Amino acid sequence: MSRAYRGHVVPGATRFEIPDCAGNPYTEEAPFKIHGGCGLAGIMDVTGERFSGREIRVMMEYLHDRGNGLGGGFAGYGIYPDYAKHFCLHMMYDSEGANEITEEYLRKQFEIVHAEPIPTAVVPSVQDNPILHRYFVTPIGSLLEERQLSEADFVVDIVMAINSGVTGAFVASSGKNMGAFKGVGFPEDMADFYRIEEYEGHTWTGHGRFPTNTPGWWGGAHPFTLLDWSIVHNGEISSYGINSRYLEAFGYKCTLRTDTEVMAYVFDLLLRRHGLPLELACAAIAAPFWADIDRMDEDRRTLMTALRMVYGGAMANGPFAIILGHAGGMIGLNDRIKLRPLIVAEDGDRRFIASEESSIRAVCESPDKVWMPKAGEPVICNLNEDVRPAESRVM
Amino acid sequence: MQIDAKGVYYKELNEEIRYAIDRGETEIELVGVNGQRYIGGGLRAEGVTISINGVPGNDLASFMNGPRLVVNNNAQDGCGNTMNAGKIIIHGDAGDVLGYGMRGGRLYVRGDVGYRVGIHMKAYETHKPILVAGGIARDFLGEYMAGGVLVVLGMNGNGTPTVGNWCGTGMHGGKVYVRGGVEDHQLGREVRPFELDDEDQAELDEILEDYCGEMGLDLADVKSKPFVKLIPYSHRPYGKMYAY
Amino acid sequence: MVTTFIPPEFRVKIDDEKCIKCGRCVYQCGWGVYEFTDKPIPDDAKCSACHRCVTFCPAGAITVERNPLAFKESANWTESARKAVWRQAETGGVLLTGMGNPRDYESVFDHLVLDACQVTNPSIDPLREPMELRTYIGRKPDAVKVESDGGGGLKLAEELPPNILLETPIVFGGMSYGSVSLNVHKSLAMAAHECGILMNTGEGGLHKDLYPLSDRIIVQCASGRFGVHDEYLKAGAAVEIKIGQGAKPGIGGHLPGEKINPEVATTRMIPTGTDALSPAPHHDIYSIEDLRQLIYALKETTGYKPVSVKIACVHNVAAIASGIVRAGADIVYLDGFKGGTGVAPTVIRDHIGLPIEIATAVVDQRLRDEGIRNQASIIAAGSIRSSADMAKAIALGADAVGIGSAALIALGCRVCQKCHTGCCSWGITTQKPELTRRIDPDWGAERVSNLIKAWSHELQEILGALGVNAVESLRGSRERLRAIGLDQQTCEILGVKPAGA
Repeated sequence: MSRAYRGHVVPGATRFEIPDCAGNPYTEEAPFKIHGGCGLAGIMDVTGERFSGREIRVMMEYLHDRGNGLGGGFAGYGIYPDYAKHFCLHMMYDSEGANEITEEYLRKQFEIVHAEPIPTAVVPSVQDNPILHRYFVTPIGSLLEERQLSEADFVVDIVMAINSGVTGAFVASSGKNMGAFKGVGFPEDMADFYRIEEYEGHTWTGHGRFPTNTPGWWGGAHPFTLLDWSIVHNGEISSYGINSRYLEAFGYKCTLRTDTEVMAYVFDLLLRRHGLPLELACAAIAAPFWADIDRMDEDRRTLMTALRMVYGGAMANGPFAIILGHAGGMIGLNDRIKLRPLIVAEDGDRRFIASEESSIRAVCESPDKVWMPKAGEPVICNLNEDVRPAESRVM
Repeated sequence: MQIDAKGVYYKELNEEIRYAIDRGETEIELVGVNGQRYIGGGLRAEGVTISINGVPGNDLASFMNGPRLVVNNNAQDGCGNTMNAGKIIIHGDAGDVLGYGMRGGRLYVRGDVGYRVGIHMKAYETHKPILVAGGIARDFLGEYMAGGVLVVLGMNGNGTPTVGNWCGTGMHGGKVYVRGGVEDHQLGREVRPFELDDEDQAELDEILEDYCGEMGLDLADVKSKPFVKLIPYSHRPYGKMYAY
Repeated sequence: MVTTFIPPEFRVKIDDEKCIKCGRCVYQCGWGVYEFTDKPIPDDAKCSACHRCVTFCPAGAITVERNPLAFKESANWTESARKAVWRQAETGGVLLTGMGNPRDYESVFDHLVLDACQVTNPSIDPLREPMELRTYIGRKPDAVKVESDGGGGLKLAEELPPNILLETPIVFGGMSYGSVSLNVHKSLAMAAHECGILMNTGEGGLHKDLYPLSDRIIVQCASGRFGVHDEYLKAGAAVEIKIGQGAKPGIGGHLPGEKINPEVATTRMIPTGTDALSPAPHHDIYSIEDLRQLIYALKETTGYKPVSVKIACVHNVAAIASGIVRAGADIVYLDGFKGGTGVAPTVIRDHIGLPIEIATAVVDQRLRDEGIRNQASIIAAGSIRSSADMAKAIALGADAVGIGSAALIALGCRVCQKCHTGCCSWGITTQKPELTRRIDPDWGAERVSNLIKAWSHELQEILGALGVNAVESLRGSRERLRAIGLDQQTCEILGVKPAGA
């Protein structure tokens, strides 16, 4: 096991304390696991053509009744073409103090190419928003060498260090040419607050939350992200307890106590670090039943048996439908007995995924094809190869 | 009469439908429907037809008692939930948990249906629910089924099995007719396949004739493949599992 | 002169009006309690309360009750403490006993409660929907490596180390032929086959009749090396190095010569009638690197079958288990301090070791902290009394549980704790032919299989309530446990929150 997986925390980060902001809602660990039901949607153009965030906003508006206004959010890909080669950190701060000290920390880790407040609009229903900043950054080369880390592992370490060790600051997203826009409110309010109609991206995902036993908080809204992975999720992972312990053994810190965070890290582990092809990562997460495995041909049976033996702790058990956004597109996935809804459509170069068909029809009245994916079988919507960015780790 | 549902919230839309029925309307056409929930929900009315253009939302016809609904498109999840009487014709696909606890009436789908279709469908006194899917059905078809009739035709399946796995698991009453047959491994442990007897054939013929009439399908084409009947073989499949 | 100061523990009462004087009690009793003149006359002092006579009396005339003889109250000088002193004053001997620790140490299991789903996520019906208990035990890599199969698909690039498939996460604990009868071994081996689980030879070798069933048998290699030879090692599904046993950590074994009949002798490869002594340690293992040497000696011999290392849970169990995994073991079998035995000094059985709940929790966490949890499976044993204990052990981090006492109880054992006498009236821990034939292997296998199946169904019910449909989603999922009445430090050690948190 490499140092990156064991070390968890960048040296010095845990000593990094911000005075006078204890008890702040943005970085305080949720005291217990957050339950919830939700609505989700995704839309993309496989040619890489960028389009406004208006459509994902409309898709989410149609799923309004699946949320309760305690959390809404979006992820957009391809939205920062001018800084496409840099990691973009979307930060939430609860105070100027947290802002200043985190920035000082970031400056020690990264070359900051550009920094600015995230533009927002006044929306009456959206209140108590944190200070929102974004930074386009590149890890300082000498530090990479010193820590013997890839750029991605370096960024993961910094994100884990800030989210688990720094009071008052929260990394909302950390990928290249993408960003997460989320907070407490209905998704359409969040869309207006963050002015997402003014961005253009090739892939968008959205989420409306119905949390049931904690008050919504800005960091707890979906999507949950790490690097360019973003997850929007409907349902509840009943295996959260073991999934989080499984991930902790690989250096991930599940500080937010939500099953969605766990899903983002599981995908990061399986796809990026273990290099599994997407199909197999999905088969580990929504594993086929032994009865089905027993009927497979020998090679396939051996492979699937190995996956289940090795990745039992990564299997997501319980009802879920998710959309995984990434640099190269999006993936829809259901639990293995289909306890949450998911519907998919194709129209020319456009791909759609949503909790309800009406959400898709709201932006595309008569798609070429509409279907309901099979339980546990991923719906893979990739950018065409000629426009897929090098960062895309999905095989 | 026609009601334009475009952009109308379900609460207002359903109120308008109920108001129209109260006024004596018997033919109601909805246009511009997209995602509104509970259309036909709890409606107790004989001789009323509501035709729906667009995709109606979840829980279509939940607790419905009498009317006839025609959906000229796909339907979402939870359609016919605990329906008591009436008829639903869906010309497209339908989603998961179709006909949950359905006690009477008929639910015809032209296309494919999702997971857990006909779950806990039951018969009661003169009520006998009938659900027909023209396409394929996914896993857990007829789970816990206690009565009524499920028919899956698997037309245009393109090689996809007509029914999924765990078919009839927990089934303890009613019948499932599957066109073209099923594999043993697809069945829940409570059911077994049987050949149709004369009574079954007569029952199925009547259903298919009605279905083909509604859908505009060629009956002979539908009957070109043999059907198999799935019924529970024990009323107490778990008797040996418990100790007292 | 009175030979003992110790009053009998039990009283045997025969209802003269009911007694038909058939003499069956005389025949049934392995302890020689009854003499028959014109009617059965019991000698209370010999009774172990094993209930054999009570169960088989056709007239229902026999009752066994606790001796009501009053002792002057003393919470300190308990009745059993006084009796132990008398016994040792009379004999000068180490007190011996059988089965597991009977003292009322609190059960941690009984302070843990499981979760269930309500509203936010659905529970799952275990009878009608898939509910998977299949478990593979053995070493696993951290990641799966795949490669193209040349036809557009993928196949496994690196074969996994050998693992053993269990259809339900239960194995039988090691109980040697010699300490238990051959019919018990046969019953367990047949039940293991029936249920898709594993039987364990214990340290007394494998009788030739059982070789055909050896693909579901773990063969044990203990310090006495009884019956250990290449064919035996190669026959098993896995080999277990027995370092220790929960009932007697740090203590060897002693099977008295009376139990070494010709069949036992042949199986153990020792002369008939000689005592079979198991040294306390393996004399080729005085340190952890020696364990590694033995593990690999066994792997070389068996063609790299999984090797299990069984230890008694002692204070430093987490570090020991870590060393065992790093030494190359594929399975760590943890035996808690309430585990059973055929014979042990009472003082050892009752006062040494750790509860299995604690040991499972700290070992699982330690292996995770060190990033080596995938390298070995954990089997938790030492008084798993029910499917609830099993579910809780799995939630604490065990891959499977081991059961010994429960399996014997299924065969009729009354936990009379007299296994070492070789007089077991139920035919379990004896080699006397008139007693061993009381267990018909087919009957025994059915009873034990029934138990395994019932617990498996109950585990499925628990998983369904938890809203998961595969046992790996419970394994190590301590979030699904809460503690009632445990102090904060114990909660932290267990990694379990108090109820309400």
